[in-house]
Amino acid sequence: MTSTYKDSGTASLNDEEEFTDILEERRRNTDLGYALRTFNPQPYKGAPSCSTSDLNKAVLESQYLRYIAKEIALETGSSVEKVRQEARGILEEMSHNLQLGFIRLMAYTFNKVFKRLFRSIYVNMEGLNMLQQAIQESPVILMPNHRSYVDFLIVSFVLFTYDIPIPVIAAGIPLASMKVVGEILRRSGAFFIRRAIGSDKLYWAVLSEYVRTIVRTGCAPLEFYVEGFRSRTLKSVVPKLGMMDMVLEPYFKGEVFDITLVPISISYDRVVEESLLALELLGVPKPKESTTGLFKASRVLQEDYGCMHVNFGRPLSVRQLCEGKINRSEYNLIPRDLPQRPSTEIQDCVNWLAHLIVRTQEEGALISPWSLMACLLLQAPITTLTEEGLQWHGLTEKTLWLRKLVLDFRGRLNWPAHTPDSDVMSSTVALHHSIVHHKAGRVYLVQDGNPASQDPLSPEEKVMRTAAAVLMLVSYRNQAFHVFVRPGILATAIHITKSTQKDELFSFFCFLRDVFSNEFIFIPGRASQDFDEACSLLQKCGAVHISQQEVTVLETGLEVLSFLQKLLQPFLESYQLIFRYLCENGAHVFTEKQFLPAVRNLATKLILSGDLHTFEVLSSDTQKNVLSALRRLEAVTKLRASQQNEYKVNKAAVRRTGDILSGKIPPESLHAIPDARL
Amino acid sequence: GFYANSSMPSQVTHELLLICTCLCSCLSLRSTAHQLCRVQSQGFLTCTYIHFFHRQEIMKWNGWGYSDSKFLYNKKGQAEFTGKRYRLSGMIIPGLREWMESTFGANLQHKTPAAPILNSSVVQPPTLNEAFLKELKSTGIPFSHDAEDRVFRSHGHCLHEIFALREGKIGRVPDLVVWPNCHNDVVKIVELACKHNVCLIPYGGGTSVSSALECPPEETRSIVSLDTSQMNRILWIDEKNLTAHVEAGIVGQDLERLLNESGYCTGHEPDSMEFSSLGGWVATRASGMKKNIYGNIEDLVVHIKMVTPRGVIEKSCQGPRMSTGPDVHHFIMGSEGTLGVVTEVTMKIRPMPEYQKYGSVVFPNFEMGVACLREVARQRCAPASIRLMDNEQFKFGHALKPQVSSIFTSFLDGLKKFYITKFKGFDPNRLCVATLLFEGDREKVLQHEKQVYDIAAKFGGLAAGEDNGQRGYMLTFVIAYLRDLGMDYYVIGESFETSMPWDRVLDICRNVKARIVRECKDKGVQFPPLSTCRVTQTYDAGACVYFYFAFNYRGLSDPVHVYEQVEHAAREEILANGGSLSHHHGVGKLRKEWMRETISSVGMGMLKSVKDYVDPNNIFGNRNLL
Repeated sequence: MTSTYKDSGTASLNDEEEFTDILEERRRNTDLGYALRTFNPQPYKGAPSCSTSDLNKAVLESQYLRYIAKEIALETGSSVEKVRQEARGILEEMSHNLQLGFIRLMAYTFNKVFKRLFRSIYVNMEGLNMLQQAIQESPVILMPNHRSYVDFLIVSFVLFTYDIPIPVIAAGIPLASMKVVGEILRRSGAFFIRRAIGSDKLYWAVLSEYVRTIVRTGCAPLEFYVEGFRSRTLKSVVPKLGMMDMVLEPYFKGEVFDITLVPISISYDRVVEESLLALELLGVPKPKESTTGLFKASRVLQEDYGCMHVNFGRPLSVRQLCEGKINRSEYNLIPRDLPQRPSTEIQDCVNWLAHLIVRTQEEGALISPWSLMACLLLQAPITTLTEEGLQWHGLTEKTLWLRKLVLDFRGRLNWPAHTPDSDVMSSTVALHHSIVHHKAGRVYLVQDGNPASQDPLSPEEKVMRTAAAVLMLVSYRNQAFHVFVRPGILATAIHITKSTQKDELFSFFCFLRDVFSNEFIFIPGRASQDFDEACSLLQKCGAVHISQQEVTVLETGLEVLSFLQKLLQPFLESYQLIFRYLCENGAHVFTEKQFLPAVRNLATKLILSGDLHTFEVLSSDTQKNVLSALRRLEAVTKLRASQQNEYKVNKAAVRRTGDILSGKIPPESLHAIPDARL
Repeated sequence: GFYANSSMPSQVTHELLLICTCLCSCLSLRSTAHQLCRVQSQGFLTCTYIHFFHRQEIMKWNGWGYSDSKFLYNKKGQAEFTGKRYRLSGMIIPGLREWMESTFGANLQHKTPAAPILNSSVVQPPTLNEAFLKELKSTGIPFSHDAEDRVFRSHGHCLHEIFALREGKIGRVPDLVVWPNCHNDVVKIVELACKHNVCLIPYGGGTSVSSALECPPEETRSIVSLDTSQMNRILWIDEKNLTAHVEAGIVGQDLERLLNESGYCTGHEPDSMEFSSLGGWVATRASGMKKNIYGNIEDLVVHIKMVTPRGVIEKSCQGPRMSTGPDVHHFIMGSEGTLGVVTEVTMKIRPMPEYQKYGSVVFPNFEMGVACLREVARQRCAPASIRLMDNEQFKFGHALKPQVSSIFTSFLDGLKKFYITKFKGFDPNRLCVATLLFEGDREKVLQHEKQVYDIAAKFGGLAAGEDNGQRGYMLTFVIAYLRDLGMDYYVIGESFETSMPWDRVLDICRNVKARIVRECKDKGVQFPPLSTCRVTQTYDAGACVYFYFAFNYRGLSDPVHVYEQVEHAAREEILANGGSLSHHHGVGKLRKEWMRETISSVGMGMLKSVKDYVDPNNIFGNRNLL
C-alpha cells in the first residue's frame, strides 16, 4: 500500500482524500497467494451467522409469504401448497449461494483481468474504514452506480481485499442464464431478479421478503443499483424505487434500529463497452449476455482502459435522514407481516432518499480530463471534428480554463498532480484513440467505418456513423455533467428569458428543472436550494452579480455563460424537435415502437439538411426521456388498456410546453411553483 | 406545626395550639403503636408510616423511601445498605462499587452530595384563600401550611423532581395541606373548594413518576393538597363474596398486612406498594406484579366512590359485571386526580396462598427468553409473576449480591457459573435470566413449575435456582434506593415503561436501548450510559416492558435537561415502534404532549367533555392527562 496519490485539483475542497491503488500490491505478489489469503471479516454485531439455506427457509416460512400464498390461492383457485411450491421455485431461481471458495476464485480471476485492463484501481481508504465501522453497527446497503459490466463484482473484490464482509448483490436475471458464469456469480453472492415483474404478485412477494430478510437479519451487506440498470449514457439515471422500498421497509417497520446507506461512485477513465453503448442507443440491438459473448469480448483485454476509481461515500444513516420527515407509527395498526401500502409521506421520503443517493454518487464521482475535453469537443461544429480537425492548442487552452471552472463549481477532478498539463492531455487523447486522434496539431473524430465492406455508405448511414462517435463523446461529457447542470440551467434561463429579475429567472429555472428531471438528477422539493446553488456558483466564478432582486450578467462572465448555455443546447434542441414531431407529424395515438424510429428518421433528415445541429436526439435515451417528461407534464398519457404501450398526445399542451421552452410564453401558466422561499 | 394565622385573635391561636399539641401526642402514640416490624414475602421488613401527618419524619424529603434505609460507601469504600427494614439491610454489597465504576465510569472521589436539610426560606410563602380557610377551620379538618409539609407534597419521584430537591431548589408548592379523615370530610372540602374557587390536588402515596403531583406553575389560585393518608381503614370484609370495602388512602403494605391478619390478600403488588395508595392505584390504572393470578386494578375493583365538584359518583350495586352503558368506573380509573377524589373502594380479596415458590431460568440470549415468555403466554400458564431481565440487568443483579458468609456458597456460585458458561456454552455477555414466582396450593405449584420449566427448556432455558429468583424480586424494592446512591456520585437515571404486541417486543427493546445510547452520545454525555430493559408482564396479546436508563453526567452543564431530552427521544422511539404511551405509570404532565396522537382527537374530546361536565371550574386543577 505504498502508492497513494491525492486527487490534486480538489485539495482545497475535499480535504485531501487519499486514494490507494489496490492493484499495486497485487502486482508485487502472487495472485494465488492473494486469493488464498485468510479472510476473517468483522460482521454486523449480533447478526446470527446465517447460511443460504437458513435464509431461504426463513423467507419461505415467513408469515408474510404464508399470507400472500393463501391470498393467491384464493384468487386463482389453486391450492396453497401449489402456490408455495411455485414460490419455492421462484426463490430457487432468485437466491444467492455465497461461498467463500468462489469469492476466492473470483478474486483470483479478477486479479488477472483487472491487471490487464487497468493501470490502477484507486480506492479511498477513509471510505473503506468508515464502511468497516458501519458494518458492525447496522445493516449496510452498498449502493454503487453502474457504468460498466466490469463493476459488477468490483465492490466484492475490494471488500475481500480489505477483510470486510462480502455483499450479496441484486442482479438482472439475464446474467443468471449465462452458462457457468451465472452459477459463479450466484456463488459469489449475486441473486437474480427478473426484468419485467409487472403484476406478478407472488414474484413480488418472494422478492421483497427475500430482500427484507437479508436486511433484517443483517447477515450480509446488500448491494444493489438504485438506478436500476447500467447507464448507457454514463449519466446518472433517475432512481428506481422498487428495491429501495423493500430495503427501507425494515426500518420503517422498526425491525432494525437503523440502516446505513453507502453510496459508491465508480468512475472510469475509459469504459470497456463504450462503443457498444453508443450503438445500443442508436437502436442497434445489444448482444445478449452470454458466456460465449463474454469470451468473444476477450479482445477487450488487449486494450488499455486507464484507471478506475472506486470512491466509497460517507455512510448515511437512514434514521437520521428520515428524522422529521416521516411518522413510522402508521405501521402500528396492522401486523407487520401483512403487506401494507405505505403512505404518500413514506413514498415521498423513499423517492427523496433515492435521489439523494444518486446525487451523492454524482458528487463522489471523479471527473477525468477526458470528460472536460469531451464537453469542449462537442461544442465545435461537427464538420470541424470530422473534416478540418480542431486546433490542439486551442483545445488544451480551453481545457485548462474548464478545469478551473470545474474546481470553482466544486467538482472532483482526477487530474494527475505531478505531470505537466500538456502531457496529461496528450496521454488522455492517446487513451481514447478509439474516439479521437491527434495529428499535426489538430484533433479529429474517429469514425469507425467498416472498411471491409465494399458498399459505399449512404448519407443516412454516414449520419449514423458520425452519431456513434458523437454519442461516445457525449457519454464522456455526461460524466462531468452533474457539475454544470444547475448553473447551466440558470445560464439557459438567463439566455432564454433575457431577464434579470430573480423571481422570473427562478420560475423559468423551475420549469427547466421540471422538464429535464428525467435527464438530470434533481432532489425533489429542493428547487430553491438548487437555484441558490446555481446563483452562488455563477457568482463565485465571476459570471454574474447577485443582488436581492436581480441577477446581472457581468462582462467577465460571458465566456462561462456561453459555455454553459451551449452545454445544454443539445437537450433544448432535441426536446423542441420531438415536440415539433408530436405536434406536426405524429398521430394522436402512437406506440413507442412507432415513435422511436419516426423521430430518428426525422432527425436524420434534418441533420442532413443542416437544420439540426445535435446528434443527441438520435439517442433512444433522449427520446424516451422526452416522452417521460411529457407524461409527467400531462401532455402525453399512456393508455391503460393498451397492450403495446400506446400513448395519447395532447398536441396543444405539447405546443405550449415548447413555447415556454423557447421563451414565447412565461412558465407560470404551466405549474404553480410551490416554494416557501418566495 | 399546624396553621396559626398571625392575624387571628390570640385566643384562637392559643386554642389551636392546644388542639395541635393534643393531636400530636395522640399521633406519636399511634405511630409507636404501629412501629411493629414484620418480614414480608418480598423480603422487606415493613414499618408503617402512614399515620404520620408529617411523613418527612420517617421518610426522606429529597430521595426515595425511609430515612434510615439507604445505600452508601463505608469507610473501607465498600457499598452497604443501612437500616433494618429490608433483607439487604445491614449488608455489605462487595460487587456494587466495581459495577458502578465500570458501568458508569463513576468514581468515589467525585461526589455530588444532596443538600442535607430543607431551607424553609426558599419556599414561597403560601397564597391563602382566607374565606376558604375560615370555613375549613369550622369543619375541624386538620390542615397545615408548614413549609416542610407543603414541599413534601409538591412532587413525585421523577428524576427532575428529586434532582431539584437535592439541590435545594423549590418551585411552586401547595399552599395548604388538608388531612380529611373520611369520605364526608372529603365531601366538605370539595364543597368548600368549589365555593371559594380553590385548586385541589389529591395526594396519596406520592410515588408518582409522571409529574402528576407538580403544581402547575401557571396556577394563580390557592392550591390545596388533599392528603388522603388518614383515610386508611378497612371498613368491612365480606367473606361470602370475597370483597373488602376499604378507604382509598390506605397504602399497599398496610392493606395487605391487615387483610393477611384475617387470612386474605388482594394480591395487588405494584413495585411501589410500600408507599403507594389504593386511591392512587385507581387514579392511575395501576398494575401489580402478580396480576396473572389476581388481575390489574381494573380487574380487582368492584365498586368505587369518588367525590367530584358535581357530587358523589358511585354505582347502586356491587354486581360483578354490568351492561349499563360504558362503565363509569373507567372514567374514574386513570383520571389522575383531574375529576375528583376517590374515597372508598370495594375490592376483590382472595384467601392467602398456601404456598409460594420463587424460581429462575437462564437463557442463552434475550431473544430466546422472549420466545419462551411468548410461549408461556400462549399456553396461558404464566406463574403469578414472570419477568425477563436482559443481559445488562442480569449483570446488575449480580453486582447487588450481598457478601456471602460461607466459602461453600461462593464455591457453589462459582460452580454454577462454570456450568452455565463453560459447560453449556452460554455467552456471559448475552445470557439473560427470567425470574418466576409461583403461588397457590403446594401440589399445583409444583405441577405448574414443571410445566413452565419444560417450556423454558425448549428455548434453551436452564433452571437457575430459587435464590436468583427471590433476589430478583427483592431488587425491585431496593432499586429505587439505588438511584439516590447514584445521584451522590454524578449518576442520574430513571425507569419508564410501555406495553406492546408480542411481535414488537424484541424490536422495541433493541431500538429503544439503541436510541438511548445514540441520544446520549449526541447530547454530549461523556460516558456510555446504562440502557437496559426487562419484560415484566405477559398478556395474551402482548407484554409490558420496563426500561432502565442511567448515565454519568460529569462534564454536562445541565444534566437534567439532557436526561429529559433522552427520555423524550426514547418515548418517541417507543411510539414509533408501536409501543404504548404507558402501561401503568400514567400520563401526568410528563407524557401529556402525546395524548392526542395516542387516543385521537375524538378521544380527547370525549375525555374533555367529561372533565367539563364534572369539573367545569377546574377545581381539580393538577392539569394532568389533558
